[in-house]
Amino acid sequence: MSTEITTDVVVIGAGPCGLFAAFELGLLDIKCHFIDILDRPGGQCAELYPEKPIYDIPAFPVVTGQELTDNLMTQIAPFSPEFHFSRMVNSIEKLEDGSFKLVTDADETFFAKVVVIAAGGGSFQPKRPPVEGIEQYENKSVFYAVRRIEDFRDQDVVIVGGGDSALDWTLNLAPIVRTLTLVHRRDAFKAAPASVNKMKELVAEGKVNFQLGQIAKLDGEDGQINHVHLTTAAGDLSIPATRLLPFFGLTMKLGPVADWGLELNDNTIVVDTEKFETSVPGIFAIGDINHYPGKLKLILSGFHEAALMAQAAKSIVSPGERVVFQYTTSSTKLQKKLGVA
Amino acid sequence: MKINVTDQAGEVHELEGLEGWRVMEVIRDWGLNIKAECGGALSCATCHCYVDSDWLDAVGAPSEEEEDMLDSVGDVKPNSRLSCQILCSDDLDGLKLTLAPSAAKDS
Ligand SMILES: Cc1cc2nc3c(=O)[nH]c(=O)nc-3n(C[C@H](O)[C@H](O)[C@H](O)COP(=O)(O)OP(=O)(O)OC[C@H]3O[C@@H](n4cnc5c(N)ncnc54)[C@H](O)[C@@H]3O)c2cc1C
Ligand code: FES
Repeated sequence: MSTEITTDVVVIGAGPCGLFAAFELGLLDIKCHFIDILDRPGGQCAELYPEKPIYDIPAFPVVTGQELTDNLMTQIAPFSPEFHFSRMVNSIEKLEDGSFKLVTDADETFFAKVVVIAAGGGSFQPKRPPVEGIEQYENKSVFYAVRRIEDFRDQDVVIVGGGDSALDWTLNLAPIVRTLTLVHRRDAFKAAPASVNKMKELVAEGKVNFQLGQIAKLDGEDGQINHVHLTTAAGDLSIPATRLLPFFGLTMKLGPVADWGLELNDNTIVVDTEKFETSVPGIFAIGDINHYPGKLKLILSGFHEAALMAQAAKSIVSPGERVVFQYTTSSTKLQKKLGVA
Repeated sequence: MKINVTDQAGEVHELEGLEGWRVMEVIRDWGLNIKAECGGALSCATCHCYVDSDWLDAVGAPSEEEEDMLDSVGDVKPNSRLSCQILCSDDLDGLKLTLAPSAAKDS
């Protein structure tokens, strides 16, 4: 079903810099919606290093990627931004009245007066296993996520990987498939121990095959696989299969950002340093995705950029309205917005 | 110290390694085809390489955490390592390795 949403600002990317933008925009009474391909906020902090400590966030001698994300979510909560996860922004179009139309891969259309691109190092996308010709089967018989369980009913399924996604789907799909083979390169798993034990029970009951090895080649035609070839310590092995689910985690790809007609510099978007506006008025870019002389790809820089961007966005969202510079410590108006006064 | 890196296209490069640098950093600095997305934080596996058999002992075995990260690439071999987990030192002068397909920037 297609949906239409109209708002002041759409922020593309819910990484740390995008999240902080919601705070700066909120102080100026600007409402925003987030769109992110990940299924949760935090961008690189949540996906690549949730447990690792960060040492260079002002006033936090140490904070992990996940803690920083959680704190940002608490900080912006008073402004109730709305989140649209697990979808990618495919296109941005400038309309005649100067506003923008954005379309996602989940068949939603957003109308906004301002677009803030906080796409960081690009969109997170599944790692593709290095298997020749795998592209021709993707989204037909090879999937990187389970969107519709029915696509797997009564199929011969091969799942590759040793993490939580691979184990979870092994357990969830086992009852409905015809056959299920779990392939992993070693006998140790980086998944919840309870899932690993359950999987081992299913193997013992003969409901799941476990194969030590790596995926080497696919056979099939017209997008439909029929065999998955594995390399194993005992030699090559061919398994009849109609569905393949490789779970190798995510990697960042610039993705559609490159096609939006904005001036680029080596995969980053060129902005000015007064407003952090791109070559298209009304579209701003903050955080790791932007480029200007002296740019440092640090969370700190993105926070600063968000504050300046918000001032400029205000004059587009509410033209003619005077913006009075205020401190959160002393302005009761700002404190009211934050729900503390 | 020097390291000899064969890239995904089969071309051999002799690089000047800097004591204390990660092998990944040297390879990246010389502009070879390595993504190294997480900058050496053991969070991406896009710095995957194969260590020449003569050098396996000198380089040592991967840690458990590195093995977990290696699970996220499909082209692991018995001599696989993440190049950000190998530190340049005089003991490794002449180290030979090959960049894995999965380390390429566009993979
Ligand atoms: C291991 C590691 C350690 C780091 N340590 C530090 C540190 O100590 N200090 C520091 O300051 N920085 C550090 N960084 C860098 C820091 O993580 C980045 O500077 C920061 O995440 C950039 O934030 P961002 O909001 O610009 O983008 P990101 O965090 O990259 O978030 C961008 C978001 O946009 C989404 N997205 C992109 N395109 C689309 C699209 N078309 N549709 C939908 N969604 C899209 C992505 O899925 C992602 O969630 C580290 C990075 C790594 C990998
Ligand atoms: S650079 Fe990311 S694991 Fe080595």
